[in-house]
Amino acid sequence: MTIRFVIQRLLFLVLVIWAASTITFFIPRMSNKNPIRERLAQLSRTGGFAPADMEKIVASMSEKFGLNKPLLEQYTDYIGGIARLDLGVSLNKYPKTVWELIMEALPWTLGLLFTAAILSFVIGNLLGAVAAWPRAPTWLRNFATPFVILQGMPPVLLGVLLLFFVGFRLKLLPLGGAYSIGIQPSRTIGFALDLIRHQILPALALIFGSVGGWVLSMRGMGITIQGEDYVNFAEHKGLNGITIFRDYYMRNALLPQVTGFALALSSLITSGLIVEGTFALPGVGSVLVEAIQSNDFLVIYGIVLFIVIAVAVLMVVVELLYPLLDPRISQTN
Amino acid sequence: MTTIALPQTQIKQPSRVTVVLRYLRRNKSLAIGLLVILFLVAFTVIGLLTINPKDAYPLAVRSKQPPSGTYPLGTDFFGRDMLSAMVVGIWQTALIGVLAGAVGTLIGVILGFTSAYFGGLIDMVIKGICQILTPIPVLLIQVVIAASLDKRSVTIYTMTLIVVLLAWMGPTLVIRSQVLTMKERQFVSVAKLSGVGNLGIIFGEIMPNLLPFIVSAFVIQVFGAVFASFNLSVLGLGPLREPLMGNIIWAAQGQAAFFNGWWWWPVWPALALMLILGALALVIMGLDEFSNPRVRRSE
Amino acid sequence: MKPALQITDLQVSYYTDAGRATALDGVSLTLNEGEKLGLVGESGSGKSTMALAMMRMIKPPGRIEGGKVMVGDTDLTALSEEEMLKARLSKIAYIPQGAMNSLNPVMRIGAQMVDAIKAHDPKADKSDLIERSLEALTSVDLKESVFKMYAHELSGGMKQRVCIAISILLKPQVIIADEPTSALDVVTQRQVMETIDRVQDKIGAAVILIGHDMGLMAQFVDKVAVMYAGRLMELSSVREMFTDPKHPYAKALISSLPSLENKGVFQGIPGLAPSLLRLPGGCAFHPRCTHVMEVCRTVRPSLDSLPGGRKVECHLYSDEVVTFQEPVHNVKERV
Repeated sequence: MTIRFVIQRLLFLVLVIWAASTITFFIPRMSNKNPIRERLAQLSRTGGFAPADMEKIVASMSEKFGLNKPLLEQYTDYIGGIARLDLGVSLNKYPKTVWELIMEALPWTLGLLFTAAILSFVIGNLLGAVAAWPRAPTWLRNFATPFVILQGMPPVLLGVLLLFFVGFRLKLLPLGGAYSIGIQPSRTIGFALDLIRHQILPALALIFGSVGGWVLSMRGMGITIQGEDYVNFAEHKGLNGITIFRDYYMRNALLPQVTGFALALSSLITSGLIVEGTFALPGVGSVLVEAIQSNDFLVIYGIVLFIVIAVAVLMVVVELLYPLLDPRISQTN
Repeated sequence: MTTIALPQTQIKQPSRVTVVLRYLRRNKSLAIGLLVILFLVAFTVIGLLTINPKDAYPLAVRSKQPPSGTYPLGTDFFGRDMLSAMVVGIWQTALIGVLAGAVGTLIGVILGFTSAYFGGLIDMVIKGICQILTPIPVLLIQVVIAASLDKRSVTIYTMTLIVVLLAWMGPTLVIRSQVLTMKERQFVSVAKLSGVGNLGIIFGEIMPNLLPFIVSAFVIQVFGAVFASFNLSVLGLGPLREPLMGNIIWAAQGQAAFFNGWWWWPVWPALALMLILGALALVIMGLDEFSNPRVRRSE
Repeated sequence: MKPALQITDLQVSYYTDAGRATALDGVSLTLNEGEKLGLVGESGSGKSTMALAMMRMIKPPGRIEGGKVMVGDTDLTALSEEEMLKARLSKIAYIPQGAMNSLNPVMRIGAQMVDAIKAHDPKADKSDLIERSLEALTSVDLKESVFKMYAHELSGGMKQRVCIAISILLKPQVIIADEPTSALDVVTQRQVMETIDRVQDKIGAAVILIGHDMGLMAQFVDKVAVMYAGRLMELSSVREMFTDPKHPYAKALISSLPSLENKGVFQGIPGLAPSLLRLPGGCAFHPRCTHVMEVCRTVRPSLDSLPGGRKVECHLYSDEVVTFQEPVHNVKERV
């Protein structure tokens, strides 16, 4: 792994972040909507102050938020703000900053996504590898088929059906929310279990929706690897099936899957946000949905930017880590 | 060695229809996918002829009714008749899908083609843009666009536009790589040597070979468009009055449908959309088997 | 003294959609300790199938239909799956054809050697495993540093020698070298063959060298066996095979070798090798044989023993058959 490669990837990362920031800057401004006016208009509909005063408030807040400055200046301020991780303030929950809102909700989202991503990667690749391994029992090999059928379904839809059958009909698991109503958050095992119970169905929905993809790609990889000479030679050496499966088959087939992981993560994150928003889980997704409903634009744009940057960073990290896993790459300079 | 005299029988060519049907029997994926789509089309067409489309909108009928004789799929909190809502919703989803799919594929073909055939700077620019936009989750940009619009001006056509704006990268790259491989193949060189001009090569030689990929790309675009429009609506960014599946689920969850026992409200749209996406996915797999001879099982 | 390898009447068939293909049709041969046998034949003659059958690595739709493969005292065909796993590498080892891709790209060479030993000797301690591996590496003229390297860091010849080193780790009685030099340049070929020679001498194993490079055979083996259509046509000492081949097929092969004396226009053998799905009746070679007789079309000749321990499957020599086995002449002499 050369310095040149690392710099190349980092430059690409900066480019992507810049592109995303620019898009999130210019698109809203293309629509003549003044977020402050919109928000105040909404407030005045529900709550009570005269439209005459509103213009004054709009003017003063616009000044405060810098919406009066020339476009180029706003742009540079904006980019500068992003570099400092300043994504603005929430209009709805003023004076909370967008960054604060995201950080509060992030742990929940991370928990859900992390679990779903790791589980679907591990289970999916294992099922796919087994599906392609001729010496595995047939029932195990066919176990993956229903997941392949489900692949491509938005996890939210799977979630609705899971909620319906398991939560509503069978009443086995809760129907939404972070924890049961009426329970006080505390550092007890009981509370932790309650938390987990609420996360199970959404996590399952996410996992079911993405497992199929791993199964398919791993199965294809597996068929290719099986035909390789070194798998054959391993048999000639008298190694047993499990050793060959693990050291000669899996270790080689899994490598290309790792590069796919970052890309799959991007789609998992969007599905995760939607699932969170739809099932009222206390993650970033719900913050987004609420912001959309209340026209809290800075929050919306802030979250979008945050996710885009997070995904881009993750992709570059995986790309930089891959050579550590594949001995063939580190040598080619 | 004695020669055997063959009887002079005409070998009957099976009709086109028979050939197609026989292939469908083998390619079950494609067959089932098309069948489900046919069923949905029939459902929608018959539905549009029998129901009153106004019933698909709020305040049309009694609200919160469970499925019964009068309202086979029940009604929702806002007074929509779910059956009408499904009919109109599926129709609108299909519209968005096909429209966005067609436009996206068209852009993809034009850009991909230009990029590959003419190469050089154009190629670099187009390829570069596609590459930079790839790590960015498309949904998020669509959220930005949709959120910037005045809520009242969002219609199914604006949704189509938003979806198309960020969907053209896929088909562009696919068509581009296909044209790149074809450019170097012999039949193109032969045509060039025979004096066929650029346009002749484009439409006479390359296009016909691209057809299976274009069809594939189209179906994939339709799938993507339905998927993307659903994602946007389920976040609350769709044309809220319209009975799109995503809108209905968003509204249902917003009113805590399951907690209130109105299970039929989110479940029908979920099932309907799964049918649509599932059928499209099967067709995509079937087409892949058709156009990729390596995947094809023995004829 | 028990021979190192004794194959009796080995039958292997492949059940394909098009029918049953007879890959090996009753092949028998014997090899003593320290002897080197060259197995030659065109593609489809059954030589690679022999190797696979001896290692019991024939996979469906192929099957070993009959016969015995005795290595020392053990009948490999009678072993259970697990026992056969143990027998591989310890009793009979295999050097693969394409060493280019026979080593696991993501494991260090040392790890691939250690896991081979460990599979057979689970109780051995780590330092013992490493020592034995290093010893094997040095005996094939590789530096000890190779132990820590990855496959892609080695040249073709080095990779092949690693495979040879792996094959001698457990000091087997029989080593099968399946075209070990086909992908290598001439200089490396020689190095590899000399390495095989040396290690075989050291551990006293019997070697079967499969290939179609007659020149290479001539330099390194003691006996040559010619296969055709899954049958053993002739087995002679290397000197006899090159100077006085008996079987018409073997004669044709030898006469097609260019040499300083043998100049002129070369003729291939007219006709094509038969499909294994439909072998000709009688002798498999009869449709292309220049000495074909009436009996050849209907009766398959038996593998007859000739003076000097030679064997031939041909009706031409039925009157020269001897009834007792003489050891093959001139074992150590080279052509």
